[in-house]
Amino acid sequence: MVTNEKIAELKVIANKLRQHIVAMTCAAGSGHPGGSLSAADIVAALYFYQLKIKSAEPNWPDRDRFVMSKGHAAPVLYAALAEAGFFPVTYLKTLRKLGSSLQGHIDMLSLPGIEMSTGSLGQGLSAANGMALAARLDKKDYHVYCLMGDGECQEGQIWEAAMTSSHYKLDNLTAIIDHNKHQIDGKIEDIKNLAPFADKWAAFGWHIISCDGHEMKAIIEALGKAVQTKGKPTVIIVDTIKGKGVSFMEAKPLDYHGKAPTREEEQKALQELCQLEGFNNE
Amino acid sequence: MSEQKLVATRDVYGQTLLEIGRENQAIVVLDADLSVSTKTALFGKEFPKRFFNMGIAEQDMISTAAGLATCGKIVFASTFAVFGSGRAWDQVRMSVAYTRQNVKIVVTHGGLTTGEDGASHQANEDLAIMRALPNMTVIVPADGYEAANVIRAAAKMHGPAYIRMSRAKTPLVYENEYYGYEIGKGIVLRDGNDATIFACGIMVNAALAAAEELHRKGINCRVVNIHTIKPLDKQLVIKCAEETGAVVTAEEHSIIGGLGSAIAEITSENYAVPLARIGVRDTFGESGSPDELLIKYGLTKDDIIQAVKAVVKRKK
Repeated sequence: MVTNEKIAELKVIANKLRQHIVAMTCAAGSGHPGGSLSAADIVAALYFYQLKIKSAEPNWPDRDRFVMSKGHAAPVLYAALAEAGFFPVTYLKTLRKLGSSLQGHIDMLSLPGIEMSTGSLGQGLSAANGMALAARLDKKDYHVYCLMGDGECQEGQIWEAAMTSSHYKLDNLTAIIDHNKHQIDGKIEDIKNLAPFADKWAAFGWHIISCDGHEMKAIIEALGKAVQTKGKPTVIIVDTIKGKGVSFMEAKPLDYHGKAPTREEEQKALQELCQLEGFNNE
Repeated sequence: MSEQKLVATRDVYGQTLLEIGRENQAIVVLDADLSVSTKTALFGKEFPKRFFNMGIAEQDMISTAAGLATCGKIVFASTFAVFGSGRAWDQVRMSVAYTRQNVKIVVTHGGLTTGEDGASHQANEDLAIMRALPNMTVIVPADGYEAANVIRAAAKMHGPAYIRMSRAKTPLVYENEYYGYEIGKGIVLRDGNDATIFACGIMVNAALAAAEELHRKGINCRVVNIHTIKPLDKQLVIKCAEETGAVVTAEEHSIIGGLGSAIAEITSENYAVPLARIGVRDTFGESGSPDELLIKYGLTKDDIIQAVKAVVKRKK
């Protein structure tokens, strides 16, 4: 059972990740804050509670694997890796700069702790399946997690991969969908509706869990249930808010899908994040 | 040179995969519902646990292969050339080439000799689009012995490779497999000083036959098997251009972007000589027997002979 103290700690970490996301995209002058902010609580739960990983030994063969299929949410992953000790936090300000390992979209060869390069949507779940199949071949008990966007599920390859996961009964794999209900051009329901979303996954043979993506305890419990599920893969459909934590991004999610905050916006956002309950700014 | 026995490189692929699978537990094979045609079914029968049929889902297959490779597997992923290159190109680019994963995309049914299935199934563009990818090694074996060598070498080499096999049974170029195969090293099969014919795949045989006939007419051609389109044996190409002063390329592929383009890029930048390309001339194929198609689309010994005569005439 996760303690209340741990939950409180994870909330603080998620808030830190959000501050990093705002600051690093502002420094870069480009990037994708909206979909990074919506995934911050999930990524905090994974990297600071759920994943068996060792920052000092990134290639530890028995580590859990995490694939960030929505590669444009690179900032939240970089923030988590930095906070987890894979590289110094100060390096985050090099995001998207020439020569930086923090590429605009995720490059596994440039940074330790990254399992797969992504950026062209729809490919991560297939790669995660490959890792889960390898675990089975090698008789290892690590678990594979794959975080996808909801808009990303318009890619056909997601459904090819979804069939593979259930065909091979990959219960050592958990897919997590950051269901923030927006894509670049508009609301998902207007661009190309995914509903009935959970039913689609169920029809593809998956165990479905739904949870509030900004309730840390709910996320932790959902992850716990997912890894205990046997005989089929689990997808956690996480209900999220695009731009979560920054009021003006939440209000206009489409404006901040792929646009960085200005200096003024950054200051305003950081101020808001620092005022959130329970967060002690150092 | 033996010309009697006919062997399809895809058959050798299936057999060799089985042999290296027995030697190395890290080898894993994926196919996309064409395992009987690509011959990976042989491996699947003996090693069902290390064989994954991904169904008719080439994109999923390639990214899955990349995931397996990140965990130390040597992954052979097979389908027809059109699907392994074109259908899954972004997956090859993103999940395999960009990540430099140990995935060998071994495709069958390359080129016109796929035959009766028609244009939809005749990959005449695959070498071009694979050659454009950074980190990618691109190989077309000339015969059955070379196919075996290529598969063994690819399994030992770390990194991505695209290897194209044929559906059609073709004459053997080599007498056995012990001729010193090395990825990236072109092989001079016949010497001559009037022109060089660079060929790959099934066109190596046609090039040798053309050289033999030209020899009787007093034109002595060097014939070079460029099995590895990328990385290309640049030094050998320049040397041949310098020593023979004229070049003809021959490939079962479009003249755009494949072997001919690669050779032309190197000679024009380093030692420009008269050059002609034998290949499919910017058109789709059609249904027909392999031999009929090779004649109709200008990929025969006689086409090579005409091209050699033309480049020799253009020499100063």
